[in-house]
Amino acid sequence: MSDAILALDNVSKTFGRADKPVYAARSVSFGLHPGRTLALVGESGSGKTTAARLIMREYTPDEGQLLFRGKPLGKASAKALKAYRASVQMVFQDPFAALNPTHTIRYHLERPLRLHQPKLNSKERTAAIEELLTRVKLDPALLMPKYPHELSGGQRQRISIARALAVNPQVIVADEPTSMLDVSVRLGILNLLNDMKAQLGLALLYITHDIATARYVAEDIMVMYAGQIVEWGDTESVLTNPQHPYTRLLLSAVPDPDRRFSDTRFSEELNRIEFIRRQSALPRPETREVANNHFIRPMPE
Amino acid sequence: MTDPVLSIRNLNIDYIGAEKDFHAVKDVSFDIAPGEFFGLAGESGCGKSTIAFAVSRLHRPPALIRKGSQILVGGRDVLALDDNELRRFRWREVAMVFQSAMNSLNPVLTIEAQFYDVLKAHTRISRAEARTRAAELLKLVDISPDRLSSYPHQCSGGMRQRIVIAICLALNPKLLIMDEPTTALDVVVQREILQRIDVFRKELGFSVLFITHDLGLMVQVSDRIGIMLEGELVEVNDAQTIYRTPQHAYTKRLWASMPKLHGEQIREGAKS
Ligand SMILES: Nc1ncnc2c1ncn2[C@@H]1O[C@H](COP(=O)(O)OP(=O)(O)OP(=O)(O)O)[C@@H](O)[C@H]1O
Ligand SMILES: Nc1ncnc2c1ncn2[C@@H]1O[C@H](COP(=O)(O)OP(=O)(O)OP(=O)(O)O)[C@@H](O)[C@H]1O
Ligand SMILES: [Mg+2]
Ligand SMILES: [Mg+2]
Repeated sequence: MSDAILALDNVSKTFGRADKPVYAARSVSFGLHPGRTLALVGESGSGKTTAARLIMREYTPDEGQLLFRGKPLGKASAKALKAYRASVQMVFQDPFAALNPTHTIRYHLERPLRLHQPKLNSKERTAAIEELLTRVKLDPALLMPKYPHELSGGQRQRISIARALAVNPQVIVADEPTSMLDVSVRLGILNLLNDMKAQLGLALLYITHDIATARYVAEDIMVMYAGQIVEWGDTESVLTNPQHPYTRLLLSAVPDPDRRFSDTRFSEELNRIEFIRRQSALPRPETREVANNHFIRPMPE
Repeated sequence: MTDPVLSIRNLNIDYIGAEKDFHAVKDVSFDIAPGEFFGLAGESGCGKSTIAFAVSRLHRPPALIRKGSQILVGGRDVLALDDNELRRFRWREVAMVFQSAMNSLNPVLTIEAQFYDVLKAHTRISRAEARTRAAELLKLVDISPDRLSSYPHQCSGGMRQRIVIAICLALNPKLLIMDEPTTALDVVVQREILQRIDVFRKELGFSVLFITHDLGLMVQVSDRIGIMLEGELVEVNDAQTIYRTPQHAYTKRLWASMPKLHGEQIREGAKS
């Protein structure tokens, strides 16, 4: 495997008061590699978006550091930071909040192009916008003059992705990029992410609640609970042979049309959920390799 | 047979444009029975949210409902309600969890204040009573009452989504509309919330109009499902039939484009 272009090295981040701390990241370490996708799944509120925000430098680590091309970002020059910002782009969880309601779609894509490729003349820029829209499977002629409120949720998310691509990034952090898209469109976006990874050699961090889509795009996967990565490694190995109780719980709750809700016993399962939650919330510094490229932080069953 | 809670007949909705109008909902008719869990699925942009907004009378220009369309809730003509009736109708008759619910909370109010706002507008309730009720409602969606004093930005996306659901249940509506209510949640919490809503609906007897792109989930929770394509309702049937023997080619295609958790992966086919 190539070296990580971007890595978190033992990063911790805590929110809230000292007597009621919220552990959003607890000694989190992982690397993103060109041409590979790493999926991050887990409990809502476990710290997935926090990891994204740490990468986007919206939050600074309480402990630990970010490494870009192997060098600590904390000591980087202003120039290196600028390069970092252009190289790392984010696609957000909510397409409704991500776009500016007062600007057209054309404007949303034109702006990053102007900043990133100032040499393009207006004709070339229009061609680039058309190419981006076609990439995300939208009709350029129809969409360019529209405003965000005139689009459906799915159409808006595709605009966010096109905008991230506009600056030719090397790393894309996608936080729930397809959660508001219906299945057939979602598959188009997932294929798009796969193509970008393969053709442009992008390193992707794919944050999702939809584990089946993680399997579709990611070579590696991490499962997070209360700020801690409790299980990680090769996607196929983790999903077919989960070892951590929380991962097992998560996988058992994946929607399954063959199991009606009304047929399942609710309260018993809930009791078990509470136990797993309490146990998973405790810090577990120990790491165990359970298979080739497959690790857990063990907890008592 | 009992009268339906929601009855939609020949619903046509246009978005009025400068040059030409866009026919977003085309002659849609369906009913939801008391206590029924009805799922609505379909392509992004097919008009699901437009229908949801019309049913709760929250549609705004340029959306225009054509003459001849009919929406009845509990037998009452929703499209004929005046402002006064509308105020009473919202939250009590129909409550809606929006697609962008996690951003629909007021950023400058604590969670407690947002519950109080809704409760005091419809009931005579003291601040202390509202607080107790809010704490109960939060427990329903698995959030600690400690969070009452938090502001929205201090909560994760999934927590905000659950808070909105709790606010919607505050006034025991007859019909709960949920537009992609759990997309922001992990599957464990999603399952807990929907199973809880399922239990409440059986206890309290309200009906649910559930919009999601997650067909697997939809089949798990819904009694009946409607599939929409470009503004039209192309197939309505009980959930198991939609899953096992879908009739419409589009429904079949939807099933074929869902990535699999185990076994052989679907192929890149559904690229269009
Ligand atoms: N700015 C902040 N101030 C205080 N607490 C915060 C802040 N940002 C995040 N948190 C808390 O940190 C925890 C992790 O939040 P985060 O948004 O990273 O979760 P997440 O895994 O992305 O959840 P979801 O799946 O619901 O989006 C949560 O408990 C959240 O309330
Ligand atoms: N204010 C508006 N002005 C013009 N057209 C609009 C407006 N709002 C929505 N539309 C169009 O109406 C159609 C239906 O939109 P709607 O939001 O109901 O779709 P949806 O089925 O909820 O999609 P999604 O699953 O992406 O949320 C879309 O093609 C959209 O572009
Ligand atoms: Mg998040
Ligand atoms: Mg919608």
